[in-house]
Amino acid sequence: MNILVCISNVPDTTSKINFKDENKSFDTNGVQFIINPNDEFGLTRAVWLQQKSGAKVTVVTVGDSSCEPILRKCLAIGADQAIRIDAVPSDGFYVANQLAALCKKENYDLIITGRESIDYNGSMVGGMLASLLSCPYVANCIQLDIEGTTVTLQREIDGGKETLSASLPLVLGAQKGLVEESDLIIPNMRGIMQARQKPLSVEAPMEIEAATTVKHFEKPQSKGPVKLVDADDVDTLIELLQNEAKVL
Amino acid sequence: MSVVVYVESQNGVIKKAGLEVASYGRAIANATNTSLIAVTFNTNDSSVLNSHGVDKVYNINTAEDSFFNVDRYSASLVPIIEKEEASIVVVSATADGRYLGPILAVGAQAAYFSNVVALPSSYAPLTVKRSCFTNKAFNESVSNQSKAVICLSSNAFGLKEQTSNAENLEGEYLVSNSTLKVTAVDKVTDKVTIADADIVVSGGRGLKGPENWHLIEDLAAVLGAATACSKPISDMGWRPHNEHVGQTGKPVASNLYIAIGVSGAIQHLAGINSSKIKVVINNDPEAPFFKAADYGIVGDAFEVVPKLIQKLRAIKQ
Repeated sequence: MNILVCISNVPDTTSKINFKDENKSFDTNGVQFIINPNDEFGLTRAVWLQQKSGAKVTVVTVGDSSCEPILRKCLAIGADQAIRIDAVPSDGFYVANQLAALCKKENYDLIITGRESIDYNGSMVGGMLASLLSCPYVANCIQLDIEGTTVTLQREIDGGKETLSASLPLVLGAQKGLVEESDLIIPNMRGIMQARQKPLSVEAPMEIEAATTVKHFEKPQSKGPVKLVDADDVDTLIELLQNEAKVL
Repeated sequence: MSVVVYVESQNGVIKKAGLEVASYGRAIANATNTSLIAVTFNTNDSSVLNSHGVDKVYNINTAEDSFFNVDRYSASLVPIIEKEEASIVVVSATADGRYLGPILAVGAQAAYFSNVVALPSSYAPLTVKRSCFTNKAFNESVSNQSKAVICLSSNAFGLKEQTSNAENLEGEYLVSNSTLKVTAVDKVTDKVTIADADIVVSGGRGLKGPENWHLIEDLAAVLGAATACSKPISDMGWRPHNEHVGQTGKPVASNLYIAIGVSGAIQHLAGINSSKIKVVINNDPEAPFFKAADYGIVGDAFEVVPKLIQKLRAIKQ
């Protein structure tokens, strides 16, 4: 089985979010980049399939050379090879089209994306990619069982979960639950050494226009300090929520 | 030209999230001088849409196929979007709406905007404000296409009333050739879900054990709220994962979020930041949540919460 895991290079959760060029672009100064957490759940699941049934795991990202360290990390975690599509990931539609072009060339059986990236939070690449490939997509995926070409999956929904079935090829949006945080693989020295020898190829992007353009960013207005209410005085809290915040 | 909204219903009844996208769609239709068309599936009575300015309703009956199927819903919506020459399509930020949005956008050859938090600031070209960096920032995005699908953040616009007299039509349920089938749905039906709730009551490790969860449930019951939990709680199996809110859990955008015994790790705050009013009850005055909250009580949850429940019950009676 051929598995593609799509990886997004995102700022670490604890990063300070700042913008530059008159708020037109994200200021990467001092920011630590990580594998998007949802993608890492998916990668871990793919590595399990590789260990269990000998699946071949390819990771791909759309980005410039600054994304290569996280691709190397994916190789150290266990992916067999990495591809970098050398382009600025300007919007979800653009990225989905770049990935679709690769998928049409390579015929992957299973394509794993994260349910969303923690930077642009678009949660769109997986669904768009599946639509461009005319294959099914399962978002917020928390369980995956493959029997031949038949796949049974679970999707987390509001207030519960649902069970779905589909045939390969298929795209899924991974999230916590597909594997647990304690299952994530921390690369060991052997993995890191091997990762240096594994292939990381750079491919040229296809020509396509992005569907949307970010004009500028802004940060939310800073809010005032917390209003503290005495623990013996819940009446005041209720009064504030009713009359000041008007939420009760 | 028109605005099409996908209005969600559950057990034949239109959901609040559906009325919110109808309200939002009406405001766009008013601003662009066009009509508002709603599409619903398996709705018994859509007359409530006459209070939110809908001009035309397509109800699609899916017969015995009772579960939401993203490919079939998208395939059924696209011809209506084309027939009505919609330039803007709006879906809710529920689990189903967020799933449908990007697939529908490709099907309808439209640009897609998720996490939209306000009415468009311009219609030529379409310009919307959306949240990003897990609620730590916003961006203004412009569409490069003639059509767009907007996924509206929950509680971002609210419900607005406008009287109309909608024409009722039947839409066609189109089963695409996709292999995707939904075989079972397992969800709690007697509780408000986090996505639908105006108020969310959330508990953390300060509750000390699953046997104390009645404090969260009783407070939620008196407020008509949904219950949620922090990550350690779902990791320890005290509560199911679908109640975990935060960066790797569910996003919350309620009007009121009450956190009890939750310290407020940055990953937790990232998931709940777009809630309008945040209240924290925690015995540790140094808990990071106090920096993010609007109102706070430094105190023992086991003393404060029962008092709060008692007072609220007295008010509600």
